[in-house]
Amino acid sequence: MASASPITAADAGLPDYVTRQPSGFYRSANPGTKLAVAALEVVAAFVLPGWVGPLLVLAVVLATAAMARRMRGLAAIALATSPIVGSILVINLFLLPGASDPIARLGPLAPTWSGLSFGLQTVARLLAFSLAIGLVYLTTAVDDLLADLARRGLGRRVIFVVGAAVQMVPATIERAGEIVDAQRSRGMDTEGRIWRRARGVLPLAAPVVFGALTEVEERTMALEARAFTAPGRQTLLRVPADRPKHRVVRWAAIIALIAMVVLRATGRLV
Amino acid sequence: MSVGIRLDGVSYRYAGAAATSLRNVGLELEPGRVVGVVGANESGKSTLCLVVAGLAPAVIGGRLEGSVRIDGIETAAMRPHDLAQRCGLLSQNAATQLSGTTATVFEEVGFGPCNLGLPVADVVQRVWAALGAVGIESLAPRDPARLSGGQGQLVAIASILALRPRYLVLDEPTSELDPAGTKLVAEALARIARDTGAGILLVEHKTDVLAQIADEVVVLERGAVAFSGPAAAVLADPRLVELGVESPAAVRLERAVRTSGLEWSAALAKALS
Repeated sequence: MASASPITAADAGLPDYVTRQPSGFYRSANPGTKLAVAALEVVAAFVLPGWVGPLLVLAVVLATAAMARRMRGLAAIALATSPIVGSILVINLFLLPGASDPIARLGPLAPTWSGLSFGLQTVARLLAFSLAIGLVYLTTAVDDLLADLARRGLGRRVIFVVGAAVQMVPATIERAGEIVDAQRSRGMDTEGRIWRRARGVLPLAAPVVFGALTEVEERTMALEARAFTAPGRQTLLRVPADRPKHRVVRWAAIIALIAMVVLRATGRLV
Repeated sequence: MSVGIRLDGVSYRYAGAAATSLRNVGLELEPGRVVGVVGANESGKSTLCLVVAGLAPAVIGGRLEGSVRIDGIETAAMRPHDLAQRCGLLSQNAATQLSGTTATVFEEVGFGPCNLGLPVADVVQRVWAALGAVGIESLAPRDPARLSGGQGQLVAIASILALRPRYLVLDEPTSELDPAGTKLVAEALARIARDTGAGILLVEHKTDVLAQIADEVVVLERGAVAFSGPAAAVLADPRLVELGVESPAAVRLERAVRTSGLEWSAALAKALS
């Protein structure tokens, strides 16, 4: 792990808004610690058998979100997963291979109890996965995460890719909105029935995708013009706090994660 | 060692392109001078910027003939981050000029110096100097993603200045700006040329901006230099219009006055300016 001397506004002349540190429960935790905890939660949701893993993770994530006052954001993430949640439930309810305990007969279809159980369990795992990652996103400023990754010696290219990818989401949504408005002003009907909406996807997708590709070249040149490929270590203007308790939690999460994977791989966690 | 940017017999063709985008271009830019470049669409202005800044062909590929030297050194012999410290390039779209990974304008302007691995105190000093040169110190705490077009372009200029290049290559920096934003950028460029002694190559459709700050103007036509000379003379040249470039408002007004049979006097010109 790369070392970095702590920087204070006093000794470097940095303004307070650069050296700022996040405050509040979980929000002030070190980004690396939050990533490690999220990784543990994701692995636990899928590795721990039956209902225990996903329900335990969901309980922890929801309690943390409530204390960090991020329940509304988490609800939005849960809502965003609803299309895939719905399809998982429907497919397992009716089409789980080998299921022979029908709940009822609906013509040629027969929903099964084991299909319902497996579908709900899969949904719980999916939600645990989405919400664990979502909680990191909701409680961590992107530049805090990038600064912490840089401090840990991750290459500037990787860091830039992560940062640009995260920042690209709102930018792409904004661009898509502008293109929809432009297409509407030229008479395209993007409201109403599903087939009408579907017909509007291609004229929206093409400019969004091609516009993004064009931007990549411009950005590449802009980065070159700002010495992005200079050799050596990048200077860090701000280092997120990493208190002893954060380090303890991080290492505990990493050890638990490794232990869980090893136990599962050796067949002692079935 | 010769000082300045010097292009001799430069021709450039993009990778995979059938036609040559620049043909036998010669150009000189000295520190402290502002050279404007005008021309119709697809006359090679943006390509010229990429070639002068050394990004073509080093980053985008293609085939370059002739010599491009910055302070006597061939750009082909320099690495991109070395070039960035000698010659800063800014394109017209401020949104793609910013890194998109910083939370404040201060950190955005510091992105380049941080890439060089400079000590924090040096980065801080460079950032304040660059913000001051452009006159936007008050924007330092702001989120770069939440700026107006003019402010964003000024931040992009400051970001380039923080690398302390001796030359700036600006490709239509005011093209997406309203009159207020254009005025902000034009004033900032005039201040930079005056105070920092940087040589500026400014591609600009708005010839009024060039009339204010350019010492010389080069007119491009289909990738070649059509004519060039002192800014006042070139911008008043009637051939500009034939080449698809609008003359500055003052020149058009003078022509209109003369065409209508009225007398154009120095006093009138001064009053109107």
